[in-house]
Amino acid sequence: MSRETIVTAFLVLGLLAAPFVAQAIGEPFYITLATRMAILGLAATGLNIALGLGGLVSFGHAAFFGIGGYAAGILATHAFNGEPLLFGLPGTNQMIVIWLAGAVVAGIIAALIGLISLRTSGVYFIMITLAFAQMIYYFAISWPAYGGEDGLSIYVRNGFPGLNTLAPMSFFLISFALLAAGLVLFALIRDSRFGAALQAGRQNETRLAAVGIAPFRIRLAAFILSAMLTAVAGALFADLNRFVSPSMFSWHMSGELIVLIILGGVGRLAGPLAGAIVYVLFEFALGGITEHWQLFLGLILLAVVLFARGGVMGMFAGRARHG
Amino acid sequence: MSLALFIEQILNGLQFGVMLFLMAAGLTLIFGVMGLINLAHGSLFMVGAFACATVAAATGSFWLGLVASLAAAAAAGAVVEILVIRRLYERNHLDQVLATFALILIFSEGTRWVFGSFPLYLDIPALLSGAVRLPGGAQYPVYRLAVIGVGIAVAIGLYLLIGKTRLGMRIRAGESDREMIAALGIDIGTLYTLVFALGAALAGLAGAMVGALQSVQVGMGEPVLILAFVVIVIGGIGSIKGALIGSILVGLTETLGRFLLPHAFALFMPPSDAATIGAALASMLIYIVMALILAFRPSGLFAANA
Repeated sequence: MSRETIVTAFLVLGLLAAPFVAQAIGEPFYITLATRMAILGLAATGLNIALGLGGLVSFGHAAFFGIGGYAAGILATHAFNGEPLLFGLPGTNQMIVIWLAGAVVAGIIAALIGLISLRTSGVYFIMITLAFAQMIYYFAISWPAYGGEDGLSIYVRNGFPGLNTLAPMSFFLISFALLAAGLVLFALIRDSRFGAALQAGRQNETRLAAVGIAPFRIRLAAFILSAMLTAVAGALFADLNRFVSPSMFSWHMSGELIVLIILGGVGRLAGPLAGAIVYVLFEFALGGITEHWQLFLGLILLAVVLFARGGVMGMFAGRARHG
Repeated sequence: MSLALFIEQILNGLQFGVMLFLMAAGLTLIFGVMGLINLAHGSLFMVGAFACATVAAATGSFWLGLVASLAAAAAAGAVVEILVIRRLYERNHLDQVLATFALILIFSEGTRWVFGSFPLYLDIPALLSGAVRLPGGAQYPVYRLAVIGVGIAVAIGLYLLIGKTRLGMRIRAGESDREMIAALGIDIGTLYTLVFALGAALAGLAGAMVGALQSVQVGMGEPVLILAFVVIVIGGIGSIKGALIGSILVGLTETLGRFLLPHAFALFMPPSDAATIGAALASMLIYIVMALILAFRPSGLFAANA
């Protein structure tokens, strides 16, 4: 077993075990903290497909995170007040339907954004993805039908067949299962022919084109998949907070997702999860000490970029094998 | 809609545009010469505004405040360049984005720590506090006209600096071949610090001037920063000319869009719906313009290295 596998297993099993320990010692608040780690880890795992494997530095993934969140908010609102949504279709409070709806809408929007953005590269790509996310952010702020700037409350957490989602432990297990599925999906993509082409496109576009594979379509597919996974995480995040607001679309959110990946280790299977665990712990520990915790978070991030390249995974599991 | 109102909106758009130019010029210069994406440029804008408001409140003079804003932003820029930015030139864009994102957190939270969460206010200096009559009969504040004037002066100054002076020659040489100018015996490290401080001073100046039009508060730089990015991406990253044209385009589109779109929609739908849809579309308009421009010219209108 490689060190990478050991560290990955340790992180995943550690996250799974943490809430049970928390429940045993009578500190159920920590279950919510672990749920937050799982959800942010899933969102960043989505981004890791585009950013880590494909080298596509999307600074606008908050758009997809927010679309997932609003899918949960809007469908739940319609289910709550009984008004039909579109073409007479009713809303729903079933999580599975909400995840699918969020992922499909995010996939369609990602296809449109990708068609334009992927024609550019480098800084232009970073900035154009940021611009599209800002577009959606301002739309969410100025569109009054679903709360506008004030956001939208989800009065009762959406349901899952056979589980009481209001119990923190059940909701954690749902989030954890999706995180695990997301990690498996990431590993499958990474090791597939498609993933090989995607990574080759990051390393040397000309060579990829020379063996007869057009990078554009591969990247577009990766961008769409990446957006769909992040949207599912967004739907879970909305259900965790029972609230969605335009801040899910904000560029701070996009930055935070990138931070999670770099903190953990770019392109590594467990990188985003490691980043999410460390980030939420920092946020929680520093937030308890000082209200100016963001200052210290900034200093820590700066130190990671300048002196600890490779992030948490780089520190504990050594350098990535290839990439 | 009267002619006077229309002229007023155009002037507002121009004023917003030149303010964006002050930000965008620094960003595009820093990218063109050093190849660095500086997300923390909005923080330097904020530093300028806070320095101006503090010094103006202490001394009673807006003009001393303006000098302080230039000095404080340039100094902050130089310090940040020497401590942090210098280590990022050889890194990829991802590291640069993250490190300067971290700088934003540090600047914003540090400012909040020192000045608190309440906004500061900055008065327009007495000399510029009146209004002038526009053709059509409306009154327009002198201060906003002065901001336009300063923007034009800075644009001319930058053109002369880059095109006609020895420093400008070095900056242009640094843009096209940094190894070669280092080999010719020019201290490239000092040149980079200078360029960064110059960009920071321009951002600080913009912050100080805007501080008198709105409140001075933490986070005020971020919306401006994102628009300045839109400007340099539209104009072509690294091109000062592109930054100027992009700024005016974005300033006018943003201002006139907010003003005209609700009127335009009112022509064929009920006024309340028109106001809502018009406002929603207006806030997205510049991003739509940017997407369209990049869809047809993926490296902007005036790409520097094209």
